[in-house]
Amino acid sequence: MPQLALIIDLNKCVGCHACAVNCKSWNTSGKFGPLPEKTPYGKEPTGVWFNRVQTWEVGTYPDVDVLYLPKSCMHCAEAPCVAVCPTGASYKRAEDGVVLVNYDDCIGCKYCSWACPYGCREFDEADGVMKKCTLCVDRIYDTRLPEEERKPACVLACPTQARVFGDVQDTDSAASHAIAEGQGFRLMPESGANPSNRYLPRRKVKVTVDQEMITVRRAAAVKSVRKSVDIEEAVIEDFGF
Amino acid sequence: MTDTAASAPAGLEAKFTTCYMCSCRCGIKVTLENGKIRYIQGNPDHPTNKGVICAKGSAGLMKQISPARLTKPLLRKEGTERGAGEWEEITWERAYDILVKRLSKIRSTDPRKLAFFTGRDQMQALTSYFAKQFGTPNFAAHGGFCSVNVATGMIYSIGGTGWEFGGPDWDRTKYLVLFGVAEDHDSNPFKIGIGKLKDRGGKLVVINPVRSGYGAVADEWIPIKPGTDGALIMGMIHVLIANGLYDREFLLTRTNAPQLVVVDQGGEEEGLFWQADGAPDSDLNTNYVWDTVTNTPRPYGAKGVKPALLGAFTAPDGTKVKTSFQLLSERALSDYPLEKVAHITGAPVEKIEKIALEMGVTARDETITLPIEWTDTWGNRHDKVTGAPVAIHGMRGLAAHSNGFQTVRALSALMMILGTIDRPGGFRHKPPFPRPIPPCPKPIDDPELIKPNTALPNPPLGFPTKPENLMVNADGSPVRIDKAFSWEHPLTAHGMIQNVITNAWRGDPYKIDTLMFFMANMAWNSSMNTARVIEMLTDKEADGSYRIPFIVASDAFFSEQAAYSDLVLPDTTYLERYDVISLLDRPISEYTGLVDSIRQPILTPPEGCEPFQETLIKLAGRLGLPGFCGGDGKPLFRDYKDFITNWTMAPDTPIGFLAGWRGKEGRDHIVGEPNPDQWDMYIKNGCFFEFELEESLQYNRNINQGYLNWALDHKFIRRNDPIIMKIYSEVMQRFRLAAQGQRPGRQPATKAQRERLVKYFDPLPFWYPPLEDGAVDRKKYPIHAITQRPMPMYHSWDSQNAWLRQIIGQNFLYINPIKARELELSDMDWVWAESAHGKIRCQIKFSHAVQPDTVWTWNAIGKMAGAWNLDPMADEARKSFLLNHLISEEINDAIVGRVSNSDPITGQAGWYDLRVRIYKAEEEGSWPQFPALKTPPGVAARPERLRYTTRSERS
Repeated sequence: MPQLALIIDLNKCVGCHACAVNCKSWNTSGKFGPLPEKTPYGKEPTGVWFNRVQTWEVGTYPDVDVLYLPKSCMHCAEAPCVAVCPTGASYKRAEDGVVLVNYDDCIGCKYCSWACPYGCREFDEADGVMKKCTLCVDRIYDTRLPEEERKPACVLACPTQARVFGDVQDTDSAASHAIAEGQGFRLMPESGANPSNRYLPRRKVKVTVDQEMITVRRAAAVKSVRKSVDIEEAVIEDFGF
Repeated sequence: MTDTAASAPAGLEAKFTTCYMCSCRCGIKVTLENGKIRYIQGNPDHPTNKGVICAKGSAGLMKQISPARLTKPLLRKEGTERGAGEWEEITWERAYDILVKRLSKIRSTDPRKLAFFTGRDQMQALTSYFAKQFGTPNFAAHGGFCSVNVATGMIYSIGGTGWEFGGPDWDRTKYLVLFGVAEDHDSNPFKIGIGKLKDRGGKLVVINPVRSGYGAVADEWIPIKPGTDGALIMGMIHVLIANGLYDREFLLTRTNAPQLVVVDQGGEEEGLFWQADGAPDSDLNTNYVWDTVTNTPRPYGAKGVKPALLGAFTAPDGTKVKTSFQLLSERALSDYPLEKVAHITGAPVEKIEKIALEMGVTARDETITLPIEWTDTWGNRHDKVTGAPVAIHGMRGLAAHSNGFQTVRALSALMMILGTIDRPGGFRHKPPFPRPIPPCPKPIDDPELIKPNTALPNPPLGFPTKPENLMVNADGSPVRIDKAFSWEHPLTAHGMIQNVITNAWRGDPYKIDTLMFFMANMAWNSSMNTARVIEMLTDKEADGSYRIPFIVASDAFFSEQAAYSDLVLPDTTYLERYDVISLLDRPISEYTGLVDSIRQPILTPPEGCEPFQETLIKLAGRLGLPGFCGGDGKPLFRDYKDFITNWTMAPDTPIGFLAGWRGKEGRDHIVGEPNPDQWDMYIKNGCFFEFELEESLQYNRNINQGYLNWALDHKFIRRNDPIIMKIYSEVMQRFRLAAQGQRPGRQPATKAQRERLVKYFDPLPFWYPPLEDGAVDRKKYPIHAITQRPMPMYHSWDSQNAWLRQIIGQNFLYINPIKARELELSDMDWVWAESAHGKIRCQIKFSHAVQPDTVWTWNAIGKMAGAWNLDPMADEARKSFLLNHLISEEINDAIVGRVSNSDPITGQAGWYDLRVRIYKAEEEGSWPQFPALKTPPGVAARPERLRYTTRSERS
C-alpha cells in the first residue's frame, strides 16, 4: 500500500519557517482551509498552523547544538487519532496513506488531539473542527498544475531543499533513497503509531589536515619569511610553532 | 525571449512579479482567486530563488490585509503637537501644493535645507537622482546603520562586495566560513547555497557570538566576543603566512602584495608606492615591484619580471622600500601572536590555528580546474581557469562595529592570501562588479557647486580616494547635514542616516527646513537613542516653532515615523505597483551574468494610495527639476512607467534603468535606445531579464581583459585597466599623510582630527577595540549586547503581519546560564539592562548557544504602543523591547570629544559595540513605555478574528 510522507533533513534546516508560512498561504484558501487567527493584531495572537517549527538546544556551552524541528502530521501507519475518533471523521486513505479529517463529520471533541503523540492536530475554534496537515492533497494530484509543482507547499518552498516528498513504501522513490542514504529515523518510535514522516540526522563534517605536510611547508615558509629582513627569528619562534 | 505566462488552475489567474518582503527580491508567482491573493510561491525560472520562497515572501498576502494600512494623505492639524495623532485627511492635490510650495522655496534659496533620507528602499538610483536634480547634497539611504563597513571594506580592497554584488561559489565551494552572519539579506540564494554545500558534504564554520540560523547547521561554531573578529582574522592570517599557506601566484598577479612601499619616514612619499623619477602621487600611477632577475624595481606586470613577494630593498634613488606583503607579514606575525588573539577574542589558540590550517590546506590542495580559455590583462592566454573550494562571507557582526572597516579589510586580505577571489569555489563577483578600487564617482568636493535652483554636478554620494574629495568647507567644517565625507568620517560612501535627526535638531552643522523619509522608521527601530530622538523630533525653539520645522514621511503603514511626521504620504505595497530592480542601483545579478527585474501591479491599490515612485516623478515635474522637465519647465514624463521607459543617462549614452529589451525593436541589451514595449517584454519573460556572460568572461574578472573590455563597452567601468586588489591601501595612507602634515593639499582642521586620522587610517588592516570600549567603564559595563535578525522577519518591516508576528511576537534577552548564575539571575527573570547611556527593562531567557560575555535579542520586535495599529496591549509593546534605547548615536570620544558613535573611517553606526550591565528588576513588563499612538483616520479597525480564504464558499 503506498504511503506518502515527508522526509526532513535536520542537517539542512536553518529554521527559516518558510515551510510553515507557505503551508499556511496555500492551505488557508485550500480545500481544507481556512486556517484562522484569533486576535491576529492583539495580545497573544494564535492561529491554526498545519506545520510548526520548534527550536531546541542540545548540550551545554560551548558544545551546544541548536536544532530546528519542523513538525506536521506524521501520517502514521497506526494513526491513534483515527482509532479514537468517535464519528469516523478522522480517517486514513487507503490509496496514499494520507490521514485526513472530514470536517462535516467532525464534532470537535478533540479526542484525536489528545491521542496524537506528536501534537500535530490544530483545533479551529471558529469552525469547531479539528484541522491538520493534508500533505496538500489538493495540490499533489491537480493535473491543472505543472507536474513539478504537484508537491506539498512546504516542499516547494523550502529554500535549503531540506524536504523530500514521496512514497516511503516504494523502495525506488526519492523518499526511500533519502531515508536509506541519510539514516532516516522516526520521531519517538516508542509511540507505537509508526509515523510515516522521517527525519535525517545531523552529519558533522570533519576536515583532516596532514600534519606532516604542514611541518614540511612550515619549515620552508619560516625560512622564506626569515630570509626577508626585519622579521627576527625570535619573533617567529615566540609564537609557539 | 520565451513567453512564460504563469500557469494556474482553471478559474484562477496567476502573474509573475518580484517579491519585496525583504531586500532579496525573489521572483514570485502570485495566484489570484476572486480578486484576492490565493497563493504566493517562488518562480521556478527565476535566477535568484529558482522556485523557492521564504517565510516572509509566503506571508505577503497578510501584508495586503494589514490593518496598519494608510489610505489617505494626512496632515498634522494646525495647532496640535507632532506625535499627538491629530490628523486632517487631505487630498493628494493639497499634499502636492504643500510640498511644491515648501520645496520650491528651499530650492530657490538654499537647497541644503531639504534632507531626504531613505530606508531599505532598493530604488536609490531614482531617489538619489531626485536629490541630485533638486540640488541638495543631503541625501542617503540606510547604509550608515546597515553594512557600509562590509560594502566599502571590500570595495576598497577587492573591487566588489557581497550579497547582490558577489558571494560564495555555491556550486563548488567545500569549505565555507561565515563571520557574523546568521541570516543575510541575500536570503534565499544563501539558503539554497547552504543546502548545496550540505549535499556536497562541505564544511560550514560559523564565527559568531551567537549560534542561530545558519549557525545551527554549522559543523563548527566558534563563539567569540563581539567586535573582535578583526583580531581573529589577523590571527588566521598569521597562521597562514607562518605556514606558507598563501597563494603566491594569486598575490603576485592580482594584488598589490609585491608592490614596493616607501618606508623612509617623514617625507611626502612615506607609505605610498615607490615611483620612478618621483612621479606625483596619483590614482593612475604605475606601481613597481622588485624584479629578482635584474635586482631592480620594475613596473608591476611588465614582461619578464619575476617579482619578489617578500623583502626589503633599496631603490636606485636610495629610497628604502618593502613589498606590501612584507609589511602585512610583519604586522600579522609581530602584532598578532595567537595567545594575544585568543585573549582578545575568547577563541582558543588551537581552534584559531585549526580553522586557519583547514582553510589553507583545502585551498592549497583541492585545486579546481575548468577547461575555460581566457586572456589576462597582460595579454597572456590561459587554457584553464583554476580555483580552490574555500569561500568566506562576513556581514553585520563585522559591519556594525566602529572597527568594522579595518576588520573587513582584514577579511579581504584573508581572501587574497587564500587566493579565492573570483575563481571557482571561492568568492565570486556579480556584474556590474568588479569596479575600479574604489569606483570612480566622487562626492562633491566644492561647496560652491551647491547653488539655488541648480542641479548638483554629480550624485551626492561617492568614493573618496584622497582628502581633496571630501565634502568640507574652506574651514574644514562638514558640508552635509549628516557630516558624511567630513574629516571625522571621510569614506562615508553610504551617508550617515543615523545622525541626521540629531544634527538637524542641534543645527550642527546648520539648520534645515524639511526632513523627508521614505521607508525609514527613524522614530523607532532605525534610530539609536530612540527615546531621545523622539524628543528631538518634537522639540521646539523659543518661539514655539519646531526645531526641525517640517517632516514628511512616505509609508504604506502606520509606523512610528508616520506618527511623528507633519505630512504622511500613503505609499502602495509591492504588489500594487510598477517598480524596477535596476543595474543602476542594486541589481540581482548572478555570478555568471547580469540580471534585473521589474514589478507589475497584481492588485489595485486602495483609493488614496500612491506609489512613492509616482510621487517623486510628479513632484519633480511640478518643481520643474532638470532631467525630469524640459527646457520649457514642462514635465518630460507622463508617469513613473514612462520615466523608466524613456529616461537615459545622457542623449549619447542610451542606458536606462532597465537593461533588457532596449532599442526600438527590443533587440538590444544594456545599451540601446528606449523601447516603448520594454515593460511588456519584461512581463512576458516572467518580469526579469538575464544576460549570461560568455564563459571566458565569468572568472578572474579583476584581470580578465575580455571581461574588462566588455564592462567598458557596456559602461559599467570608465577604464578597462586591471583592477589590482589592495592588500595595502594607499587611500588610507593619503589621509594619514595629510593628518601628519606630510602631504600638500587639504589638511584636517584640528589637532584632534589629525590624531584620529593617524590612529585609524592605517594602510594595512588592523584590529582596535571598538570606540565604546574606550568611552565607557568596562568594569561597570562588562557584558556585550547585540541583536540578531529572525529569519522570518529579516528586513520584512512587518510586525503587523498576522502570520509572522505569531512566530515571534516577544523578544527575550538571551543570556548564557553560566553568566546568569554569576549574576544570580533565573530563567525568565525580568531584568534591567543598563548601558552608560540608559536603561531598559526586559525579560531574560537562558541559552547555551551564546558566548557567556554576550547577551542578545531579536531586532525590531518591540513596538511603540499603538504603532502598526496593533493592540496597544500587544506583546510587541508591553513585553518586547528595543536595545536601541541603550545605544547612543553619539559618543564622547577620547580624541575628538562628541562625535558620531560610528566607525571613524566609514561612519557606519557602531550599534554592536554596546556594553551593558544586567541586574534583577522587581517589576515586570518592558520599559520604557510611551503614550499609546492614536489610530489615524483612514486606517481600518483591527479585526478580532481573521479567517482568510479566497474561496467564495467552503466545499
